Amino acid sequence: MDWNQLILLVGTATWQTLVMVFWSTMFSLLLGLPLGILLCTADPLSGIKPRPALFQIVTRVVNVLRSFPFIILMILLFPLSRILIGTSIGTTATIVPLSIAAAPFVARVIETALKEVDPGVVQAARAMGSTNSQLIWKVLIPEAMPSLVAGITLTIINLIGYSAMAGAIGGGGLGDLAIRYGYQRFRTDVMIASVIVILVMVEIVQVCGTKLSDRLIAKR
Amino acid sequence: MQIKLEQLEKTYQTQGSTSVHAVNNISLTIPSNTIYGIIGKSGAGKSSLVRLISLLEKPDSGAVYYNNKRVDNLSEKELIQQRREIGMIFQNFNLLSSRTAAKNIAYPLEICNTPKEEISDRVAELLDLVGLSDRADAPISTLSGGQKQRIAIARALAHNPAILFCDEATSALDPQTTRSILQLLRDIQKKMNLTVVMITHQMEVVRDACEQVAVLNEGEVVEIGSVEDLFSHPKSKVTNEFLAHLTENAEGLVRWSSEGGQYILRFIGAKTGEPVLSHMAKKFDVEYNIRAGGIQHLPGDDIGTMVIDIAGTSAECQRALDYLKENGVIVEEAFKTEGA
Repeated sequence: MDWNQLILLVGTATWQTLVMVFWSTMFSLLLGLPLGILLCTADPLSGIKPRPALFQIVTRVVNVLRSFPFIILMILLFPLSRILIGTSIGTTATIVPLSIAAAPFVARVIETALKEVDPGVVQAARAMGSTNSQLIWKVLIPEAMPSLVAGITLTIINLIGYSAMAGAIGGGGLGDLAIRYGYQRFRTDVMIASVIVILVMVEIVQVCGTKLSDRLIAKR
Repeated sequence: MQIKLEQLEKTYQTQGSTSVHAVNNISLTIPSNTIYGIIGKSGAGKSSLVRLISLLEKPDSGAVYYNNKRVDNLSEKELIQQRREIGMIFQNFNLLSSRTAAKNIAYPLEICNTPKEEISDRVAELLDLVGLSDRADAPISTLSGGQKQRIAIARALAHNPAILFCDEATSALDPQTTRSILQLLRDIQKKMNLTVVMITHQMEVVRDACEQVAVLNEGEVVEIGSVEDLFSHPKSKVTNEFLAHLTENAEGLVRWSSEGGQYILRFIGAKTGEPVLSHMAKKFDVEYNIRAGGIQHLPGDDIGTMVIDIAGTSAECQRALDYLKENGVIVEEAFKTEGA
């Protein structure tokens, strides 16, 4: 067993995974946050600004995107990667489908968290003359922060899983390494190392997320 | 600020094709600089009414005026401005759990882009007003119910409103805390010349704090008047039920025995002291038996209440009762609440 080679392989792949997960988390939040806010505020029954038609369209689109198996969605989104990044292979290119696949999930997570906010508190803020954007940024989001943090934690963990799957179709990262070296070249050591690194990553994210969410609750 | 309601109507569609006529042709004038009570049982339409008066919802028809300015048909932008001139407190306090006590009070000022120094001065002033200066940095969850409501009151008063709506503001509090909150509301009403509208299902609240009152039942106003009138001459069945409930609650009324109590006598003001009952027993061939008695302290006047049985021939009893009425005592057949 060549330790130097193993460390180099796993190190590079780990870095690629981190890059993929980081950027796809950022982009999926960027896409999912407005959608989640929209799903909460435009809800015909409970929203602060009910917009039934828009709500129906967004909720359907989100459902459709979420019901696609991730691997199929990735293949479908290759052309988009080619347009945006110039290629559909490699770590950078994988960020596109990862972000888009995670965005509807993020939208639901954010919608659920925001809808948990006590309607009485929102009503009180409205009675004091808050504008809708003040309700969103000064009431809904701060009040929902612990659930939002828990939801984002869940998103990152999902994206670690997704990014490993993305490896199967040439995305790079730990999943890719595990398949090419661990499976196809019978390098059990690489396989085990990749799995351990992924496990550790998930564990670290989960522990940090839970701690942060708990701390936010404890300060209240 | 005077509030005038003209023929307000609101119907809510519920699941399926049924609908609830929550506010049915309500016209009311709430005078400036007073504490006005709106009492009703749950489902009587109080909360719907307050949502209409406080501009949180628009009526199906009718109009709301603040000082003769029509406010129910404002545009969204004007509505937001108008809402910043009224304060509101709630049964569940509805404080922001993500903020400290002081930051909660700062919220209404923040949303009007008040300068930071001005906010901190005003917040300190308000904390002092409600007697919680030492809890400024306390997270909301560490406050007691009474403290939460005090913070909510401070928050509602932050931008010097002319109207304060209290939607069941004391319903989640114990009797002692309720009294202290009502005391606080009375004090600030005087201090700030506020028009306070108290929505409640508790007769005690009306008795202890309000000057005038409207009784609501099934979306309609069934009785309007001063609090003394309401206690001394209740007209509607609902009002009687509320009073009976208050009597049952034994606040200021002591019951000797649980059975009996054919007639309820009410003595208003000066009459409270005269020995009309013993005169009656001497003049007519009747005997009376006191079942319960007590005095209700109202902000304006005291009202003595007595629950008695009268024994004798029916003609003689009738004459005795007439005698009581002639002497200014209000006589009612005891109202039995269902199941009582």
